[in-house]
Amino acid sequence: MIRFAAPLGFFLLLVALLGYGLSLDPKKVPSPLIDKSAPDFSLPMLDAPSRKLAPGDLLGQVWVLNVWASWCISCRAEHAIITQLARENLVTIIGLNYKDQPQDAVNWLQQFGNPYTTSLIDLDGRVGIDWGVYGVPETFIIGADGNIRYKHIGPVTQDSLDNKLLPVIRALLG
Amino acid sequence: MIPEIGHFALILALCIALFQAVIPLAGASLGIQRWVAAAIPATLVQLLFLSLAYASLTWAFINNDFSVLYVARNSNSELPLIYQVSGVWGGHEGSLLLWALVLSLWSGAVALFSPNVPRVMRARVLGVLGLVSCGFLLFIIITSNPFERLIPAAAEGSDLNPLLQDIGMAIHPPMLYIGYVGFSVAFAFSIAALISGQVDSAWARWARPWTNIAWLFLTLGIALGSWWAYYELGWGGWWFWDPVENASFMPWLVGIALMHSLAITEKRGTFKAWTALLAIFAFSLSLLGTFLVRSGVLTSVHAFATDPARGIFILAFLAVVVGGSLVLYAWRAPLLRSAAQTRLLSRDGALLLNNIFLAVATTAILLGTLYPIAIDAMGGKISVGPPYFNLMFLVLTAPLGILIGIGMLIRWKGDDIKRLRGKMQLPAIAVLVVAFLISLALPQWIWSAYLGIVMALWIAVTAAIALFERFRNRKPMSALRSIPSGFYGMLLGHIGIAVFIIGITLTSLYNHEKDLRMAPGDSYSVAGYKFTFHGVQQFRVDNYVATRGEFSVSNESGDFQTSLYPEKRIYQVQKMPMTEAAIDAGFTRDLFIALGEPLGNKGAWAIRIYYKPFIRWIWLGAIIMALGGLFAAGDRRYKRHTTAVAVSAGMEKTG
Repeated sequence: MIRFAAPLGFFLLLVALLGYGLSLDPKKVPSPLIDKSAPDFSLPMLDAPSRKLAPGDLLGQVWVLNVWASWCISCRAEHAIITQLARENLVTIIGLNYKDQPQDAVNWLQQFGNPYTTSLIDLDGRVGIDWGVYGVPETFIIGADGNIRYKHIGPVTQDSLDNKLLPVIRALLG
Repeated sequence: MIPEIGHFALILALCIALFQAVIPLAGASLGIQRWVAAAIPATLVQLLFLSLAYASLTWAFINNDFSVLYVARNSNSELPLIYQVSGVWGGHEGSLLLWALVLSLWSGAVALFSPNVPRVMRARVLGVLGLVSCGFLLFIIITSNPFERLIPAAAEGSDLNPLLQDIGMAIHPPMLYIGYVGFSVAFAFSIAALISGQVDSAWARWARPWTNIAWLFLTLGIALGSWWAYYELGWGGWWFWDPVENASFMPWLVGIALMHSLAITEKRGTFKAWTALLAIFAFSLSLLGTFLVRSGVLTSVHAFATDPARGIFILAFLAVVVGGSLVLYAWRAPLLRSAAQTRLLSRDGALLLNNIFLAVATTAILLGTLYPIAIDAMGGKISVGPPYFNLMFLVLTAPLGILIGIGMLIRWKGDDIKRLRGKMQLPAIAVLVVAFLISLALPQWIWSAYLGIVMALWIAVTAAIALFERFRNRKPMSALRSIPSGFYGMLLGHIGIAVFIIGITLTSLYNHEKDLRMAPGDSYSVAGYKFTFHGVQQFRVDNYVATRGEFSVSNESGDFQTSLYPEKRIYQVQKMPMTEAAIDAGFTRDLFIALGEPLGNKGAWAIRIYYKPFIRWIWLGAIIMALGGLFAAGDRRYKRHTTAVAVSAGMEKTG
């Protein structure tokens, strides 16, 4: 009898595992950079290519790095939410224009509006690699001490803005 | 109006499925003949209404009815007609509807084409199929209604995912579904047998052709998917051990085990419980595959199809169907007694070993596929990659290759070790030597290539011996006529495996791949072929814009061979870039060029060039295997014995 019930037992274990698996998000990959200092870079600004910006310039303030590109469809989806965050005037929002043609990027900002304090040109995507970007869009929150405190993968939604990003930002601002 | 008719037909189909499930099963248990007789008409009427629902959705696609949400999401007025028809299964809702329709088609086939199965047994089988159908139709109606309206209607549809706008992808899902869902028939036979307590030779004979046909479609479906991934994804690979691929591969392996186990049960009346369990497993793994594809618990190249909310329903359904079956199995299987003992040195024994290896291989794949979820549940992140699967699979299937050869030569019931040794010694030595000579002729000596060639030759040679034995001491013509087509099916299935082994061995060990920067006029030589790049041009086609590169290929002495035109396409509606590789296919090699990104402004491009020896053999092997399934299913044995079986099975006790 037990011999014949064994498949049932294994199956129940499997169902429990799959049921638990449903509550997890396979796309959520923890970033090894959390609570580490933000990888350094020095990139030209999209609106003024002769000037460069480095993370060191922002030391002492809480800021957000939003990775975007004109070719990225999801970036359009999150654009309104990023704009909303900009209107709150809580933090500096820096765009990282990832593997994009600068002219396309400028057109895109003109068409949809520019929520960024400035956007930086990461033409070959090298800075993106340093920051562990594996899909656009991604959003990082960097504390006043220059450490990355939070990373959001994929488009920011109203829900993730209200329940994840804003609480982290408010906590960092004290 | 038409979509509402479709929706209504769908609901009616559910009602009839419920009737088809309850009345025949109850009738069979209570011995009420009129209820038993209701099974066939109920099945056919359900098929009628589901076809109506399906036709309504197709109508909405063809007529660009963007007031139907599903159509607006998955079609576009500029979409070519063929993709409007295949777009019906391009998304979640429609592919489920196709699933349900295929299930209903199988049920209809059982109702119409199994006259030799006793009425009570058939009623039970159709009842179980009705139960499965109920679950799926409920799922569609509650969570995934394809007929949902979009008001106000969209002016234009958001187009079918460009990845799916391809002929291979248009027929891959239906093939796969026919295979997946086809195992529901073996499953229903198994459940019906467990209910009645009748698992015997006659039962195995009824279940065998259905299993063979389901398996042959699954084989073709998987091969099509692999072929599609090869030319459409532009990575040049043909198998990625992706969770969703694994999900189709597991029922395929269990299907092989089931076909062999059914053979033993039919011939020897043994392994009854095991055969019944395998039939349950094959379909359970098909359902698990559906769950993995549709729920998004695992990341996969098929991720465009996911929705976690629906996962709960499928999981619950899986729990009810499989859990219920296994409870039934735990309760009834102890009653199944084998008619005879099994000796290891016999064909029964060889097939038992084959079953063990296949079961272990399936378990290894299941573990590798689900391990990331288990680790995630414990708070970690991991992905199990091809190295694990390749190693596990090689270790577990290499003995199988040898076993296939032995299995074809060994006798049922019991054999003599001396006789066997005498028969195999010479062929084995010949295979080892010839494989050695072939391996020497290859560009470079690799031990695993030698091993692969030995395996393939061994299977081919033993198949030839098995065929020869059938002809020995008989006139060729009378032998030809008396050999059952099931025997040819077996030979073809095994030869397909041999061809397949050659394909994967040579492709994976001797392929060349190179990523290059090429400007117009540049050329590159590999494996005796010289590729010259002639620049790119822009084209506007139907619903996309293509950047087409031109390459000419010549051989070592500079003679022109062919031109290749790899493309990068931008689909206008979704602004999605796609790579269309250019492939020059050949019996012994494929040349493969994919266009990457433009580099700089002097017309240079990133180019990927592959040379893939014998890759066609992988799919050729699959086609031969499928053909084997067809021959096996067409054996006249399944059509004879009708009267004798009907009488003996008709005496089974009901309840």
